[in-house]
Amino acid sequence: MNQSSQADIDGEIAAAAGQPGGPQPRIDYPPYRSSGLRHPEQPAHLVDPESVELSAPCFGHRDVAVDEADLTIQHAGTPLGERIVVTGRVLDGDGRPVANQLVEVWQANAAGRYRHQRDQHPAPHDPNFTGAGRCLTAPDGTYRFQTIKPGPYPWRNHLNAWRPAHIHFSLFGTDFTQRLVTQMYFPGDPLLRYDPIHQSITDPKSRELLIARYDHDLTTPEWNTGYRWDIVLTGSHRTPLDTEEEHA
Amino acid sequence: MSAAVPGQTVGPFFHLGLQYPAMNELVPPAHPRAVRLHGRVTDGSGGPVPDAVIEIWQADGQGHIVRQPGSLRRDGWTFTGWGRAATDPDGHYQFATLEPGPTQPGRPAFFAVTVFARGLLDRLFTRAYLPDDADALAADPLLSALDPARRATLITERVDRGLVFDIHLQGAAETVFLTYPRLRDSWA
Repeated sequence: MNQSSQADIDGEIAAAAGQPGGPQPRIDYPPYRSSGLRHPEQPAHLVDPESVELSAPCFGHRDVAVDEADLTIQHAGTPLGERIVVTGRVLDGDGRPVANQLVEVWQANAAGRYRHQRDQHPAPHDPNFTGAGRCLTAPDGTYRFQTIKPGPYPWRNHLNAWRPAHIHFSLFGTDFTQRLVTQMYFPGDPLLRYDPIHQSITDPKSRELLIARYDHDLTTPEWNTGYRWDIVLTGSHRTPLDTEEEHA
Repeated sequence: MSAAVPGQTVGPFFHLGLQYPAMNELVPPAHPRAVRLHGRVTDGSGGPVPDAVIEIWQADGQGHIVRQPGSLRRDGWTFTGWGRAATDPDGHYQFATLEPGPTQPGRPAFFAVTVFARGLLDRLFTRAYLPDDADALAADPLLSALDPARRATLITERVDRGLVFDIHLQGAAETVFLTYPRLRDSWA
């Protein structure tokens, strides 16, 4: 285990915040110790995308069953924790909805434990919760999951490191260049400011883009609370075809 | 223009959400034209990266970009052009696939590749070119803009029934990673 204290990490986060940062995470971000030997040191080489990169893999109803969007019905019993709906729209950087696209999610259970043999955090497993789901976006770009609010959990970045509660998201887009894997966080989480992964996005406005908002309109009486989070991919490189606009 | 949401690491437990059966078999390994695309992912110390995810997206053997669903539930016959592989404890990944054809006359064929891993705060893009067409490789705008040592990191090595593409995240042999005009501002 790395023996840096949270105070050490906080100091490094503060120092990094003073350096110029873009809207994306700094891939060389020393407070996140695992990035040390894994980030490229050469600048990314700028290229014009070619035809393969201007298209993206295609998914459809044969790939995803409708009930895979409900993470609470995958076992015989009911999972423990706060039942939530997470929904929002997937848009590209030009504001166009990204329809019929695969959205994959995975997360810890309400106690902050992943159903994975390498997660040795001694919080309880939930026999009724795996923590993985998939859906396809609707024609207006909407995705929707029913799940359980994940718990925060310790990890070994430094002494007494805790990750804020989060749900991992994987998204594609209409260009290969729009591929995105990210994490959705919850509003008001006191652990966000201590977390080197969230803080690796040094621009405060961009960092906010990963925090869902509580939406009471998504609640169902006696059943669930709800969070709304829109996901904006980068702009597409393609010129949209008229036929696509007509059928959108 | 709306601001794109930032990326975050895939983390160590991506198997929960990103794994599915035969995800690295774009064609069955026994297919008569199947080729094994494989290699190792290594970090700045030369050590293996045992918890990476590699994805490929490619044209078919004739250079056609396939627009077929069915990558997550493959029917065993339809080529969809997309696959995903996790690295093993030695950092090794492999795909069973077809060799892509060039999508434009005179241009070299390549696999589009993305790399995800714990410790990698955003995905990386690269290309794995087929090694055979020397004239097309020499004329390629990306490859010809690189010095020879760096160019070599993007070209697969042909071995028996296979193509080897090692990915070095950092170090003297660091792979060339790519950004595209609309992503350029994403890199701090």
